[in-house]
Amino acid sequence: MNGLLLADGGGPVIPDFGHGTRCLTHNHWFCKSWVAQHWGDVLQPALVQHVYLVLITVGIGFAISFALALLAFRFRFLGPPLGALGDFVYCLPSIALFTILLPITGVGVTTIVIPLIGYTLFILFPNILAGLRGVPAEVLESARGMGLTRTQTFWRVELPLAVPAIMAGLRVATVATIAIATVASFLIRYGLGAPIFDAIEQPDIFRTELLAGGGLAILLALTADALLALLQRALTPWTRIR
Amino acid sequence: MPTEAAELVFDEATKVYPGREGAAVDHLSLTVPAGEICVLVGPSGGGKTTALKLVNRLIPLTSGYIRIDGRQIGDYDLTDLRRSIGYVIQQVGLFPHMTIEGNIGTVPRLLGWKRQRIRDRVGELLELVGLDPEKDRRRFPAELSGGQRQRVGLARALAANPALMLMDEPFGAIDPIVRARLQDEFLRLQQELRKTVVFVTHDIDEAIKVGDRIAILREGGTLAQYDTPQQILDHPVDEFVADFVGRDRALKALTLKTVGELELSPATEDGLPRLPADTSLRDALAIIVAERSDALLVVAPDGSPLGVVTREDLLR
Repeated sequence: MNGLLLADGGGPVIPDFGHGTRCLTHNHWFCKSWVAQHWGDVLQPALVQHVYLVLITVGIGFAISFALALLAFRFRFLGPPLGALGDFVYCLPSIALFTILLPITGVGVTTIVIPLIGYTLFILFPNILAGLRGVPAEVLESARGMGLTRTQTFWRVELPLAVPAIMAGLRVATVATIAIATVASFLIRYGLGAPIFDAIEQPDIFRTELLAGGGLAILLALTADALLALLQRALTPWTRIR
Repeated sequence: MPTEAAELVFDEATKVYPGREGAAVDHLSLTVPAGEICVLVGPSGGGKTTALKLVNRLIPLTSGYIRIDGRQIGDYDLTDLRRSIGYVIQQVGLFPHMTIEGNIGTVPRLLGWKRQRIRDRVGELLELVGLDPEKDRRRFPAELSGGQRQRVGLARALAANPALMLMDEPFGAIDPIVRARLQDEFLRLQQELRKTVVFVTHDIDEAIKVGDRIAILREGGTLAQYDTPQQILDHPVDEFVADFVGRDRALKALTLKTVGELELSPATEDGLPRLPADTSLRDALAIIVAERSDALLVVAPDGSPLGVVTREDLLR
């Protein structure tokens, strides 16, 4: 197992229980001094990696979901099979997926990101599709009656009206990706999962590092959700009425 | 297409939905003269909405012709045709994500009008339909009442100054008091704009009130009678029409005239109930019944007496 591990920024953290502060030697729940000392070489790089993972995953996942939703929107019969495929991928256990991919795609970001993208499809695809399909019939009829072409109706009416549903999907997908991405460090030390798993795999769980890694993941999720919520408000002023 | 009111001709227009028995609209032939309101009315299944949607090709004709100012609708480019016809539907169908200005400016934007011209036009239209040209233009549809939304719907349909308006039960979803007001305002607008209008309703009273002409369709989409309201009330062609306009058609006919239009006898008596000259004969009769009076004093808007109308005058 250890041979597979990517020693990435997580190195010099095994607490020396003989030396160091009293907090560390007693393995208290949270030692500020350790966090301050290792912010630069452990926590900050992990946070940056995690943000990078989430951006890649949600970005690619959104692009694929959007394309698939467009197909299913245009060709109605594609909706159920594509939806079922998303459900299926979501049912696969993440650790199993990472393990299966490892020999194929290697020890790297690709292996982490592929399953994560799969999970976002399950969330984003149905949301985008429901948003596009949720435009009221009378709105579409008036658009048609006024002489909007099919393309104009899509860009000017259907897509903007789908934005609330799309943004809701993006928020869930982003938060879920932030959480699931930590699990990948079980195999590949990358992102905020690295300090978490490093801490867990000590003979005696290193509580400060576990808490710092987990806490950062939670903070990141809350921040991302809040930012997306603000973006949604800015994009959809009409939903704020009543 | 011209922007002046256009003449609309249905010529043996027929719609048969595939897989359905019988026609929805069956050899419909009628001419709506330029600048008049033609009301399509009839029971459900009469094909009135189908007939309306044939005009802007939301529903394709099966056979027959529809001509606008002598030119067949099939000869127009589809989007050009629709952009030059005002379309108003019962549920309004405003775009919820656009402001009122965005909604009203939709067709002008599609037509490539300059921004300032659209702004001016929106202000003009908001004023025309009785909304605030400054405050209301920046609001979203969800901020408006049902009646206000339908006004915006009307303004949006009028935006590019269409030659023809199609209105599908435009006031059908609005409470009776507001509906009556919207009907009045629509008629006042029409005095000014003189558009050719096809107006669908299932309400015969509305048809009598707004129509210059009424086309009564019966089930199966055939035309039962096409006439002025007066003719239809006085001389229904058959049992079906008589039934449809109702047993009180004589009373309804009284709504078509105002007391001011009658020949009044000179005022001699004192103490008669007074009523304005624009009161309908029907309302005048109702007042006579309620006041147990034999006559009423008709007065001008400034309150000066014009003459006396008697019960017999009303029922003549």
